[in-house]
Amino acid sequence: MTITAGIDVGSTYTKAMVLKDGKELLGRRMLPTGFKLEEVARKVFDLALEEAGVDAGKVDYVVATGVGRHQVGFKDVHVTDLTASARGAAFLFPGTRTILDVGGQTMKATRVDDAARVNSFRLNDKCAAGTGAFLEKTARYMGYTTAEIGPLMVTSRESVPISGVCAVFAESEVINHLSMGTPPADIMQGAIESLTSRSVQLIKRAKGEPEFTLIGGILRFSTMADAVREQLKSEVNVPEPEMVQFISALGAAILGHKRILKLRESGAAAPA
Amino acid sequence: MAYAAGVDVGSTQTKAVIIGEDRKIVSRSLIDTGANVVKAAENAYTRALSEAGIREEEVEYVIGTGYGRYRVTFGNAQITEISCHGRGAVQLFPRTRTVVDMGGQDTKAIRVNEVGEIVDFCMNDKCAAGTGRFLGAAASALDIPLDDLGATALKSSKGTKISTTCTVFAESEVLSWLGRGKKIEDILWGVHQSIATRSAGLMRRVGVDEEVTFTGGVTRNVAMVEALEQKLGLKLNVSEEAHYMGALGAALFALDHILSSRTPRESSVEAAQ
Repeated sequence: MTITAGIDVGSTYTKAMVLKDGKELLGRRMLPTGFKLEEVARKVFDLALEEAGVDAGKVDYVVATGVGRHQVGFKDVHVTDLTASARGAAFLFPGTRTILDVGGQTMKATRVDDAARVNSFRLNDKCAAGTGAFLEKTARYMGYTTAEIGPLMVTSRESVPISGVCAVFAESEVINHLSMGTPPADIMQGAIESLTSRSVQLIKRAKGEPEFTLIGGILRFSTMADAVREQLKSEVNVPEPEMVQFISALGAAILGHKRILKLRESGAAAPA
Repeated sequence: MAYAAGVDVGSTQTKAVIIGEDRKIVSRSLIDTGANVVKAAENAYTRALSEAGIREEEVEYVIGTGYGRYRVTFGNAQITEISCHGRGAVQLFPRTRTVVDMGGQDTKAIRVNEVGEIVDFCMNDKCAAGTGRFLGAAASALDIPLDDLGATALKSSKGTKISTTCTVFAESEVLSWLGRGKKIEDILWGVHQSIATRSAGLMRRVGVDEEVTFTGGVTRNVAMVEALEQKLGLKLNVSEEAHYMGALGAALFALDHILSSRTPRESSVEAAQ
């Protein structure tokens, strides 16, 4: 038996997952990342262990990933989030060849082979317009919190175009629409469609091929997946809402499991 | 005596300037643009009129400029703010050949000739990186009033290098430096240096020679003036009217129109008086 953990320190949220034998979910927790990365990683790990009912001493291997992976003091090893998400996505959808990951401050399109190895990728991490921050800003300009984005969007009847070139410039667009009496839901829907166009462009630049698997915090909003499906003219895989933010943590924990098996085979890390 | 007016409806603030036939400023006003652009233009103009103590009929020609220039419903004509900043800058500093205008949402580098005509320009049309908004984001992240930014930044002895380009991400970068124990003044000076670097890049695209005049709302920020001067290695012209340069330029164009539309006879009669 193995117990492994994946810790994904993302730009906005930090996720931890504890797995038994690289496939059975024991616990998972998530906290806003904030600015004390090491502290939040420890905290979210402890919470996940508590949920799993596992002592920290019983964990065979901890794999850190995400932008803050280097700050995880208690890790055994770290992998990039591209590697981790590829593994996690292939675990849930073995036919995955392209992964779109839309997070709080980044957007990534990754091409993987049939063994979940990363072949190539394209990133947007320089500009907030292609990330969750764009939606968050749009919501904030209208006086809504991030938590209210999802419920707000489903009430939209007809989206209005939001140019989506810059998250800052979007503010004047939003104000213009509001002053013309456009319902906030339709503005929010316009914002997510503009984010979708950018993500579809990124997939094209990465020369993405089916099956497409969509992951990351923004995919909590079902309208995003619908819009991508429509613009790509292809079916897409989307993990369940409660899982969609944990794919990199899942992949990291699976990689930890593989690693520990290998180590045991070679006799290097046989449990006492 | 005839009066001419310019109303500059910017993304963040609206400015109005009234000048006399001698091209001297009679009055000026400044208000936040807000959501109602038409109203902002009216309010700014009304204030400038009442400050000057003149009636609306006494102003012969009004030109609207700025992004909201077509919302200046009482304007007789519209001219882009690029032309107006060039015109205003050359009026106050005749040796100006490059103008850098830093406003709330955009930064423009403008190349002008000796009569203030535009030769070339470029601007950040795609995103808010390197504009006044970048300062606004830093100010709100650090909870410092916008007007205190410059003085605080100038206390720094060593700027913190800001690596993000995007204004939205800069806000989180500023907070993360704060979390890592950097001093507020060092972070702020780093923010100013980062904007200066981007603006200097814009200016080099149009060419920098002879005198450079700095215009727009960000001119009030002493650290921005300092950072730009260090980056460019030269002194900038910064007028008291720098914030009103677009409106002043518009008023000057309005006066040109008044003077040129008078019949020669009328003008000579006036000149004789």
